[in-house]
Amino acid sequence: MLHIINKSPSERNSVEAALRLATKGSVVLLIEDAVYAATRGNTAAAKIQTAMADLKIYALKPDLETRGMADRVMDGVSLVDYAGFVDLVAEQPNCQSWL
Amino acid sequence: MSDDMDMEDGGTIKKFMFVNRKAPYGTIYALEALEVVLISAAFEQDVSMAFVDDGVYQLMKGINSEGTELKNFSKTYRALDGYDIEKLYVEQESLEARGLTEDDLLVDVTVMSAAELAATMAEQDVVISH
Repeated sequence: MLHIINKSPSERNSVEAALRLATKGSVVLLIEDAVYAATRGNTAAAKIQTAMADLKIYALKPDLETRGMADRVMDGVSLVDYAGFVDLVAEQPNCQSWL
Repeated sequence: MSDDMDMEDGGTIKKFMFVNRKAPYGTIYALEALEVVLISAAFEQDVSMAFVDDGVYQLMKGINSEGTELKNFSKTYRALDGYDIEKLYVEQESLEARGLTEDDLLVDVTVMSAAELAATMAEQDVVISH
């Protein structure tokens, strides 16, 4: 499953909930304000770091650039553009958008 | 009309603080706050802006919104001192919680501890939150 999250980890608990309820081998895509979760030293950094053992974590590069965070991404997080976003949706059997 | 409103006649200057707690771009709050602050400059009041929680992300350097085609309004923060809005307060705790330092911000700010910011907030006549 592809888990798509768009809320800041320091404003909502969507990132935390998705990481808790994603099964091993699932894919997580951080977009919009959720991209802050992929940056070094953010409030969810430790949880993302731990989750990377079981989950593949992606972040949408244009959303990182729009927020001035493109050069602060944690090691192990992969960046995708909009075409890569479409590929993830197409590759995964199902997806869930966390609100 | 009350005396407070009669600014042409040397009326009361009040202390206004605009508190920003939202990340930019994900919602409209940051841009709307800037609009309101710029309007407030026309009334020649004692205006300050506080950046707390995700609001500190509004002041990030290096914003490039070409990919998302969103309006990049970070230059507006640089223009604030042209409107005599020079009191920009940033909470130290909020920066630290996000792995940021003052060097990551695109304008000169006053970094304050939560206690200092609390005291400054408490002495305002009007606080408007975005």
